[in-house]
Order: sequence, then C-alpha cells, then structure tokens
Amino acid sequence: MSSENNKILTTDGIPLEESLKVAEKKNKIKAFLLVAPLLLFLLITYIIPIGGMFSRSIDDKLTTNMLPKTYKAMEKWDGKELPSEEIFEAFYLDYKILVKNKTVGKLQTQLNLEKNGFKSALKKLARKQKKFKVGNYKEQIMSSHKRFENVEYWRAIKRRAPPITYSKYLKAMDMYLDEDNKIVQVEEDRRMHRILWLRTLEIAFFVTLFCFVMAYPIAHLLATIPMKYSNLLLICVLLPFWTSLLVRTASWMILLQQQGLLNDFFVWIGLFTNENRPQMMYNKTGTYVAMTQILLPFMVLPLYSVMKTISPSLMRAGKSLGATPTVAFFKVYFPLTIPGIGAGCLLVFILAIGYYITPELVGGASGKLISNQIAYHMKSSLDWSFASAMGLMLLTGVLAIYWLYNKLVGVDNIKLG
Amino acid sequence: MALPKYTETQYRIWHYFYLFFCGCVFFFLVAPLFVIFPLSFNAEEFLVFTDGMKRLDPDAFSLRWYHDMIYGTKNPWGLAAKNSFIIAVFATIGSIILGTLAALGLSSRHMPYKGLIMATLISPMIVPLIISGVAIFFFMAKVGLAATHLGIILAHIVLGTPFVVITVTATLSGFDHSITRAASSLGSNPFNTFMKVTLPLILPGVISGGLFAFVTSFDEVVVVLFLSGLDNTTIPIQMWTGLREQLSPTILAVATCLIILSILILVTAELLRRRSERLRGINR
Repeated sequence: MSSENNKILTTDGIPLEESLKVAEKKNKIKAFLLVAPLLLFLLITYIIPIGGMFSRSIDDKLTTNMLPKTYKAMEKWDGKELPSEEIFEAFYLDYKILVKNKTVGKLQTQLNLEKNGFKSALKKLARKQKKFKVGNYKEQIMSSHKRFENVEYWRAIKRRAPPITYSKYLKAMDMYLDEDNKIVQVEEDRRMHRILWLRTLEIAFFVTLFCFVMAYPIAHLLATIPMKYSNLLLICVLLPFWTSLLVRTASWMILLQQQGLLNDFFVWIGLFTNENRPQMMYNKTGTYVAMTQILLPFMVLPLYSVMKTISPSLMRAGKSLGATPTVAFFKVYFPLTIPGIGAGCLLVFILAIGYYITPELVGGASGKLISNQIAYHMKSSLDWSFASAMGLMLLTGVLAIYWLYNKLVGVDNIKLG
Repeated sequence: MALPKYTETQYRIWHYFYLFFCGCVFFFLVAPLFVIFPLSFNAEEFLVFTDGMKRLDPDAFSLRWYHDMIYGTKNPWGLAAKNSFIIAVFATIGSIILGTLAALGLSSRHMPYKGLIMATLISPMIVPLIISGVAIFFFMAKVGLAATHLGIILAHIVLGTPFVVITVTATLSGFDHSITRAASSLGSNPFNTFMKVTLPLILPGVISGGLFAFVTSFDEVVVVLFLSGLDNTTIPIQMWTGLREQLSPTILAVATCLIILSILILVTAELLRRRSERLRGINR
C-alpha cells in the first residue's frame, strides 16, 4: 500500500494536512489584513518619508541641473590648468539662462558654499555678461572678475558635477572633501558638530545614570510596601508622566531662574549671597536637572514591574542561609532586577538621545543637543539636506539601541503605567 | 515597612537613609508641578512668591491671569484650545481604529513576522520626535497638507497608534480566545462577535490607549512646529512661543489648567487599568 492512501481525509475528501494548511493560510491572511491598514498608513506617511530623507541628504542635482552644458563640456577636463574656451562658452550660455530666469541666486549660494568668494565674482559676471560680445568668452569672463583666472574656482565648479554627494555626512562629522577629493578635518576650533555629538551622548548617558540611581530605590520601595501605600506613591510617579512636557519644563524654568525659587532658597539658607546667585538655567545644569526629572518615570515603571514579581521570600531565604543583607541584596535581589534595569536604561537612553524641547528651552548654548542643531538647520538656515543627513545619523544610532532593546526586552513588553 | 527588632544598627541607619532618599526623589518628581499652582494666582507679574503671598495676604492673590487667559486682548488661547481639542479628538479616533485593528491582528497566533511588524508599528514612539517631525513635514509638504488641520491630525495618528497597539495587545494577551470561538459556534458572524464579545472585554485597554493617544496629541509640539500655520496654532505651540519669548503668569494659568486635566486623565486611566485587571482576573 502506498502512503498516499494512508492519509486521513476530511469529509470533502481532501487530505487533512492540506485542508489544515489552507485554513492556516486563511488565518494568516486574515491576521495580516487586520494589521495592513496601519502598516500601509505608516509606510506612506512615515517610513517612506524617512527613506526620502536619505535621498534628500545625498541629493546634489541642484548645480548639476543648473549648469548642464558646462558639465558636459567639463567631462574631459582634467582640472590641472585653466579650462578651454569651449568650457568657458558653455558656462557663459548656462549662466545667461540662469540670469534670464532669475534663478542665479541659488547657484551663487551653492558655489559659494564650495569655495568662498564665489558669490561676488558671480554677481559681477551677472552684470557684465549682458554686454558680452560673441566669441572669445574665456577672455571676457576672465576680465569680468580676476577670480575667474584662478583655476581653483573652476575646480570647485567641477567638484559639484556628480548628482549625488555624501559631503553633508562629512560635514556632520566636521570633515570635508578638499580640492584633491581627500577627506580632511576642519580646523580644531571649528569642530562644533563633533562636540555636539559627544555632548548628546554624554548628557544621555548621565541622565540615564541619574535616573537609574534615583529610580532604583523608589521602584524597590513601591514594590515592597503594602499596596494601599504603593498605589498612592505610584500616582506620584504617574502624575508627571501624564502631565504636559511643556508644563513640566515651565515649572523647571520657574525654579531654576536666576531670580527663581531655588536660588531664593539658596540665598535664604545662606549657601550663596544675593549677588552671586548661580546660573542654573540656560546651560548644561538646566538640561540635566529637567531631563532627569522628566525621564525618571520611564525608568521607574519598568523597574517596578520587574521588582513586583520578585518574591520577598527569596531575600529571606538568602538571609536565613547566612548572607548579610548587603550580600543577599547583591547576590539575590540585584541579579533578578537586571531585566528591568536593561529595559529602563535603554528606554531612557533612547528618549534622552533625541530630546529636543527641554534642551531648547532650558539648555542655552552649552546644553543643546544634536536634535536642536537639526531643528536649527530645518527652520533657520534652511539647509534641509544637512538636517536630513544629521537626522539619519541620529536615527541610525537610535535604531541600533532599539534593536538591542527589542532583543533584550521585546517591544511588546513596553510598560505604560 | 517596619524593620524586625533584631536589625543591627548599621542596617537600621541604612534603612532610614533609604527611606529619606526615596522621600527626596518623590519630592523631586512631584514638587516642581506644584510650584505652578500658587504662582498662577499671583497678583503681581513676577514669577516668584511675593512677600504678600508669603504672609497669605488675600490681596496678593488674584485671578487676573485666568481672566487674561480667557478674555485677554490678543487672546491666542481660545483658538489654540479649540484647535487642540479638534486635532486631539480626531487623532485619537484614528489611532484607536487603526491601532485596535492592528493589535487584533498582532495577537493572532497566525500572524507572520510578528516581531518585525510589531517593532515597525511601535517605532514612531522610539524614533526621536525631531526626525519624525522632519519626515512627516516633507511628506505633508509634498502632498499639500502642511499647515492644515488634516495634516496635523494624520501626523498625530502616526504618533498615537503605538500607544493603542501596546495597550490593546497587552489586554489581549490575557484574552481567552475560546470565548470568540464559542460565539462563532453559536452562529454569530465575526463582526457581531467582535462588537458583542471581544470589544467589551478589551474596551479598558482600548480606552486607556486612546487616552495616551489623546494626551500625546494634546501635548505634541515638535511635529506641529513644522506643520502648523497661523490658523492651526495649538495650546502647546502657544506655550512654546510663550516660554521662549517671555515666561508670563498667563502661561502658568494655562499650565494649571493642563495639570488639572492631566490629573483627571490619570485618575480615569488608573481606574480603567484596575478594571481591566479585574476583568482579566489578574490579582496583584
């Protein structure tokens, strides 16, 4: 007998195995269809736009599209000596169109970013080219501004030829491509971005540490005292959690001001004299204090939910076997809370590393983080591709920690009160 | 938590130090919120306790900042409050619908790639707001929804759904699926089963997720900063502007109202959580 005939059949005569497979597949599709609307919505409004930030950050088509003839003519130019008449003519023709369409300003800005002093030369050229005669454009352009006699400026134009660039990423690391396409660092006193990245990591690390030191004892207290007290105390943790972030930041602004309550208190107890009130806001101190208080509940809640499950008899057993309370704590209790510590620390670190509102309001110049720099380039300098590049670098870091969090804790274990 | 009688002195001291430290941390957590209350009733324009206030002189207190908040000359708060409520309500409804459906799918044991999809759906909560703001702004600008209510509502749905997904999946984790099978075997169609059996049981989770989504939207400032125009200013935007330019007592009056609102929401959420735990038979 072949094994074919051995299979169990359903009433319809289909093998049970197949019938089950069909049913499973149906269930799979059903489950997926329930998730699909949200997934699709997020994909369109959120995930694809984040991907779009990448193409924006490397996009450099602006100059490429503005000077099509020039770049075509420049293809064969090796960049060693001044370009030939052919290139000068192509540049003149491209530039004439830009002046006519009044889009020349963008080119001037872009090329000035590449080489300082380009803007004034180009502006002069824009005025003078109206009187240009046909032929011998090389001479005419060079006589319009002496900078056009310098081959470096023509190299700068050529450098912008490729439609993509990773220069924004280099800029975010305080580096740039020099004339020979080598990566060089900017001068020591202008390395502001590296300072910002390091400061962001430093503040996130210390805020996490402070939160941990403060949250561990109170989570322990919440988990060990009788429930009627712990419920009340839990509300003390949850109230700031539910309160508007701006309200909490405002309260810190009132407290930390130079004429604020905390300073009044310090003067009153005689810690400082009235004239030497310490500056506690608009610097790092303000960022530290306010962020620690604001992120503290995110540390307490995961710790509490883990500690709640630890039976008190374990500590008693440890002690009855001869451990001192200290030894029992470090050998029995502490190792059991490590999952909670991991969850809380990673969560607080992730949130702290991308913090924007609080540092912007109480951080001043020395308490600003990388997010503030991204916002600055989005809103003030309008260098959106640079903002996108920095945003994606930050995002990569956050996603790496998120991946770790997912591995260690699991996203479905995030506790919300 | 009383100490046993045989505790040695050093541990006794340590224990009291621990209690003292906990007290300080609780003070640090809660006290800053409560400086706002009295100062919002200040009769003066300063953000410190005046001598009159310290003496509890009734003349030192007034409701003028509340009056200013409601009837103030330029009065941005009325429009801001209206916008905030409209946006938050619609964002909450959207988040609840999309989030609950997704949570139902995710709790099914047949769901493929569960971990990856869950991580994706939660990501708006984890990704720094500034990055979400930039990305959503680029999208909304492209489709022409920047500076519209709809654009902000959609953005807040993105930010609010993770909370609904989390709370509803948590509620569904203790859910006994044989109940829905019983309903089907008794002839109910899936829609009726959901409305009459599943939904009432997971309702606490849905509502508490909705509350999170509401609060998220109501308090959201970073994304709105990118998306809002003059017509769709919200309470957080007004507070943000006020805090950056000049810290006025009117802001404290608004802040006090927001704190009261958050207390109300917190109490509701706590009651719901307890009800949900009771319904699922979890006793602590």
